[in-house]
Amino acid sequence: MVKGNSSKKSRREAGQGYLFMAPVLIILGIFVIAPILCAIYLSFHKVELLGGTHLEFRGLDNFLKITFDDRAHIALKNTVLYVVIVVPLQTLLALVLAASLNAGMKGQKFFRIVYFLPTLTSSAVLTLIFMWMYNQNGLINHILHMLHLPTYNWIGDPSVALLAIMIMNIWATAPFFMVIYLAALQDIPDSHYEAAELDGATGLQKFWHITVPNLRPVTSFVVIMGLIGTFQLFDQSYIFSGGSGGPNNSTLTVVLLIYQYAFKSLGTMGYATALAFMLAIIILIATLLQRKFSKEESLY
Amino acid sequence: MKKRPIGKNILYVILIVYAVITLVPFLWALSSSFKSLGEIVSGSINFIPKNFTIDNYREIFTREPLFGRWLFNSLFIAVIGTFLNLIFNSMAGYALARLSFPGKKSIFIIILAVLMIPFQVTLIPNFLILKEFGWLNTYQGMIIPGAVNATFIFMMRQFFINFPKEVEEAAAIDGLGKFGTFFRMVLPLAKPALAAQTIFVFMAFWNDFMRPLIILSDESMFTLPLGLNSFKGQFISFWNYIMAASMVFTLPILILYAFFNRYFVKGIKFTGEK
Repeated sequence: MVKGNSSKKSRREAGQGYLFMAPVLIILGIFVIAPILCAIYLSFHKVELLGGTHLEFRGLDNFLKITFDDRAHIALKNTVLYVVIVVPLQTLLALVLAASLNAGMKGQKFFRIVYFLPTLTSSAVLTLIFMWMYNQNGLINHILHMLHLPTYNWIGDPSVALLAIMIMNIWATAPFFMVIYLAALQDIPDSHYEAAELDGATGLQKFWHITVPNLRPVTSFVVIMGLIGTFQLFDQSYIFSGGSGGPNNSTLTVVLLIYQYAFKSLGTMGYATALAFMLAIIILIATLLQRKFSKEESLY
Repeated sequence: MKKRPIGKNILYVILIVYAVITLVPFLWALSSSFKSLGEIVSGSINFIPKNFTIDNYREIFTREPLFGRWLFNSLFIAVIGTFLNLIFNSMAGYALARLSFPGKKSIFIIILAVLMIPFQVTLIPNFLILKEFGWLNTYQGMIIPGAVNATFIFMMRQFFINFPKEVEEAAAIDGLGKFGTFFRMVLPLAKPALAAQTIFVFMAFWNDFMRPLIILSDESMFTLPLGLNSFKGQFISFWNYIMAASMVFTLPILILYAFFNRYFVKGIKFTGEK
């Protein structure tokens, strides 16, 4: 089709283009774009929901409040600790599993189906299953006891409750990233490995010098997705603690705190919005840092 | 197999150990769901129930009369929501890939920008908007805001960019309009991309916890994750019931996965491609 063929034809195509886009434009407009603008507005206000919605302008108060809110500091500390431990471990585990699976092993299909089960299962179900296993008299303590290791009150002890969630989520998320790695591994040309074999490289050497460098861009993608996901930890903390973030605020995350301020206490919805913006900025900075750090063009 | 069998053996050990680590929680939950309360609280760690019983599965539906309703709510929301996503995301992806209209580039950039915004930022205003519409505690309140997805619009655009032009040219010769071409010729050929999308979107609706927690307060409108959470609150020491309910909840996804499994690795690759 020649450009500028006939204005009538291109006008018709434009109209059809908008028709094709219409559902997306309407829904994104009402439920994403408008809310972002609305969120900016709310973050400068005190919001009262009694009867109707009452707004009171407060300037930067909501943002300043973050600096002297102890629970916000605890939530941020817990969340950062969670991110810093979970992201590297789940990425490494995903990589090791994918590389092992890809080494031409028998039963690849079986392992892949088994490993994918946690990804398919909802966070609510997984959390309940793990709470049952973490029970004082439960399976995990039994196994630890059998191995002559110390047992814990996983759910009730503030010093291990967050760790319990970390273990559960590394277990649950690593297989998903493993599948992404697997797809990428299939794109590494066999000739690379064959050349290395001729040079007498061992399996481990091949892994470090061929597999890992070739997977750099995918690793960057996996780490960024991991960062975004872990910073938003909510379901597991909520179900684990019954919505409180306890025991003793040990499982309180930023998103759980946002939820509590927005929907469980009165007059703090504006403050919750300010916290949400803070979280968005932290995620953005973490993502940018990661990109700069890896110095590789990411895939996203 | 040729050389270094020791290396291979180590890999097998890794794979098998991790398979066991993955399976144990599920097997433990499955086994608990077939045990009586007495056996559960005794704290024994036998995986084969001493007195195998399906009472738990019967009991959860009678003790919690809303359980069936939650199952229905979850299915209804996930099925309709997935269906709308498949159509809307594909239409938008197709327009962005193949049609020319003013503002196309800006729209595409806005969609990419939306990918970067964490869901928590829009959550609170979304609640207020739904409240204004009177859509709290409704199906449309759960379905419509999630009926499009920036990630999959992007993915479908990538898919249609690489789509052979001949199909549309043939359709044009047959006198089909853009809509006819899209729905009758193009969409049926986009099956692999749609299959991957189906699983991901369905899973997102089915497993979603935070949005229903905020939008749905009426117990009869609960979806399964919410229902499960409130069920846990009511029957906190009845882990046999809780595990049976968890198993019921997991089954539909496993069935879906069994159907679409072969598209999976292929489908995921899309998200990683430029």
